[in-house]
Amino acid sequence: MSGMTLILFAIALSALSGLLPWLLPLPERARQVSTTVLLSAGSLLGLAGIAFSLGETTNTYVSLPWFLPSGAFLADLDGLSAAFLAPVFAIGALGSVYGLGYWKASAHPGNWRRLGLSWGILVAAMALVLVARDAVLFLVAWELMALASWLAATVESDNPEVRRAGWVYLVATHVGTLFLFAMFAFWRSATGSFTLEAAPGLGAAAAGTLFALSLVGFGMKAGLVPLHFWLPGAHANAPSHVSALMSGVMIKLGIYGIFRMSSLLPRPELWYGWTLLGFGALSALAGISWSIAGRDLKRVLAYSSVENMGIIAMGGGLALLGRASGRVDLTLLGMGGALLHVWNHGLFKSLLFLDAGAVIHASGTRNIDRMGALARTMPVSALLFGLGCVAISALPPLNGFVGEWLMYLGFWRSVQGGVVALPAVGAGAAVLAIVGAIALAGFVRVFGTVFLGTARTEPVEGIDRKDPCATMLLPMIALAAACLAIGLLPAPFVGLAGAAAAAWAAMPSEAGSLSALAPTLPLTLAAVVLLALALAIGLLLWRRVGRARLGEARRSAGRRGEARRSAGRRGASVPGGPAAAVPTWDCGYAAPTARMQYTASSFAEFPARSLSVLLHFRREARLPKGALPGPSSFSREAPDPVLDLALRPLFAFASRQLGRAKILQQGQTQMYLAYVLAVTVVLLVWGAGIP
Amino acid sequence: MTDFLNAIIVIVMILNLFALGTSRIASVIRIVAVQGALLGVVPLLLHWGGGGAPSAAVLLAAGAAIALKGLAIPAIMRRSLRSAAIKREVEPLVGFLPSVLLGAAGTALALVFSGRMGMAASQPGTLIVPASMATVLVGFIILTTRWKAISQVIGYLVLENGIYLFGMLLVEAIPFVVEMGALLDLFVGVFVISIITNHINEAFSSMDTRDLVTLKE
Repeated sequence: MSGMTLILFAIALSALSGLLPWLLPLPERARQVSTTVLLSAGSLLGLAGIAFSLGETTNTYVSLPWFLPSGAFLADLDGLSAAFLAPVFAIGALGSVYGLGYWKASAHPGNWRRLGLSWGILVAAMALVLVARDAVLFLVAWELMALASWLAATVESDNPEVRRAGWVYLVATHVGTLFLFAMFAFWRSATGSFTLEAAPGLGAAAAGTLFALSLVGFGMKAGLVPLHFWLPGAHANAPSHVSALMSGVMIKLGIYGIFRMSSLLPRPELWYGWTLLGFGALSALAGISWSIAGRDLKRVLAYSSVENMGIIAMGGGLALLGRASGRVDLTLLGMGGALLHVWNHGLFKSLLFLDAGAVIHASGTRNIDRMGALARTMPVSALLFGLGCVAISALPPLNGFVGEWLMYLGFWRSVQGGVVALPAVGAGAAVLAIVGAIALAGFVRVFGTVFLGTARTEPVEGIDRKDPCATMLLPMIALAAACLAIGLLPAPFVGLAGAAAAAWAAMPSEAGSLSALAPTLPLTLAAVVLLALALAIGLLLWRRVGRARLGEARRSAGRRGEARRSAGRRGASVPGGPAAAVPTWDCGYAAPTARMQYTASSFAEFPARSLSVLLHFRREARLPKGALPGPSSFSREAPDPVLDLALRPLFAFASRQLGRAKILQQGQTQMYLAYVLAVTVVLLVWGAGIP
Repeated sequence: MTDFLNAIIVIVMILNLFALGTSRIASVIRIVAVQGALLGVVPLLLHWGGGGAPSAAVLLAAGAAIALKGLAIPAIMRRSLRSAAIKREVEPLVGFLPSVLLGAAGTALALVFSGRMGMAASQPGTLIVPASMATVLVGFIILTTRWKAISQVIGYLVLENGIYLFGMLLVEAIPFVVEMGALLDLFVGVFVISIITNHINEAFSSMDTRDLVTLKE
């Protein structure tokens, strides 16, 4: 049995995972569990299929009977498909397990079935998109993916905000699909068939048109600025594990589309690479700037996805430039880095979204400025979130660094020359560095506000601010472990990414290898040293804190003894127990409150103001004035520049203008018939050539 | 044969004007029934005119048209009229005499236009094109100026008669199945509308289609 067959079975099993449990008379919870078990089994099957196919040398092409008059069921698996397929199955299964605890059937009686069903179909459709080698099949799977993700993201459809975000997503994804229709129709007319196989005979103009169409159509799904506008709303309003799947996996399929299309076209021209690199750099800079100004935890993460998609696109742009100029090293480093970052971002962004789900559940709000001190009651979540933050800020020893390191190497090499020197590309390294620095500031801000300090609000009644149950924690731990593993031992992953990059560029294996270009041994060594250092510092702190606590307990025990003695004299009792918790020393201010802490907004004030080129703020302030100031307030919103400042006003304007046409809608049949009559008469007069 | 055909077509056009000028709905139904039956004869005449006897299919189609338009549909409509207990179209948008004048003007214009349309050539010497245009126009006038739901049905029937007449230009080209399909459509349409008019009558306690404005968005 070939790997491809296994993957096709995995797709079928995933698609049916939400339905099969209904064949048996089971209680609700058992149905939910068996849905997850089926999906996980399917995903394991799929991962096994990928693993098998790695060793296969024979042709994996599969052709099945197809029900539509045009197109065909052609499926294949190459390095590029496999690279994107692995996260689909891995995060699909982990997210489903997380959902067992996060979206319990008993807590969501109205919509857990819809979520289970659409989740399975979403995983299956994404896998099908990746193996499809026929334009019609691809589009069917693509549309299925869009609809399933829309159904999953809008499960809480009784909430108007969710409906609004879902509507924006639905419109945006279909506009993107429209461009894909145009692209594949053009492909059909240019190549003569719907089959997606390399077309070396295409003319330069046709290839350029196809690439531009793919950039718009797939860029909409990938969330490249300025086509990202649907992304923050949809991610923020979806259940957290759906956000994880969408952000960690689904939007990558947009990037896959761009990569796939560019691999089918004949040798790319330089402008392809420049365009992709430019959009990538814009997305990375704008995404992280919007992320740092946000207060909604999930919007912050969603904008950071825009940034990361930008980074991946930059890698792709570098690789395209490399192919266009015949530079093997740039091709391998750019595409290898991009693919590694696809995996890495899939892992740590899913981890962060899943953790954010637990955090939001515990604090009852998505507003970072209302959280705080969660590390005390949710230590495991805090540790995992911290790991995710380190990874997403591209710091060693975690995985985020590895992918970006490959890209850095590529950008530096592009300056060094060789066959063709591309000095301007070196600016990409600067963009990466700036983005990395802002990301670090942004995630320090998030982690600090959410987990440290003192709580800014009282706990919601009936909800413990504790670490979530094991079904939610285990997927997060697995993701964090994977992040750490890639960070510590990048060699096999770099090798796989290099093989996939070579497959993308249709490059013979003797042309060069990524592992040779980017030796990973220093990375491992540095990661081990850093990890040891971090562990040592942690241990030291732990002991210090422990000793300080011990001393404090002794001292307070002494004080309590005294108090008890004095209280005994007065005949009163003093409650026992450990040392009382007191707030951090605040320079002697008499009445400190939790609201006096730095908030996420105040932390972001400086970086956000210096990035105001890319940001637009709506601020309302009543600042304190005079010697005895009255009540004062300050609020600042950072609306999405594309959606809130361009598209919404544009559509509102169009709606107002078109509203004038409503006087034509009288509601009377006679009137409508009169319109028909008028048009008929006009056509008759015109046809008779009277005037 | 052409003279005989033109005579029938002229009667059809005159019936149009009668339909516009009559307020008693029962009479209008009768007028439209006669018009439909007369039109059913037209394809037979055209076939005889082209030489050769009409085939069984043509005979069947003509018979079905006469039976449906002349008998079945008027019967359904009279039933619907009885159950709705109305007799006259009162207060139409355009009065009866003005609408007759409007219809006459439309017929005159149709005669003027048809000469310049360059398609009367397939049945030279007949009035088929102007008559069909005039009948369609009259159908529209009834549809747009009358309020009662049953008058709307009559308007559609007149409109359909005009289209049917236009189809005579292609009498050799239209397959039997298409013709029967069109007839079936018409029959089902009238059948359904008659049922709906009764429901409108019950729901709004009148058959005035102006009340349907409340269903507007």
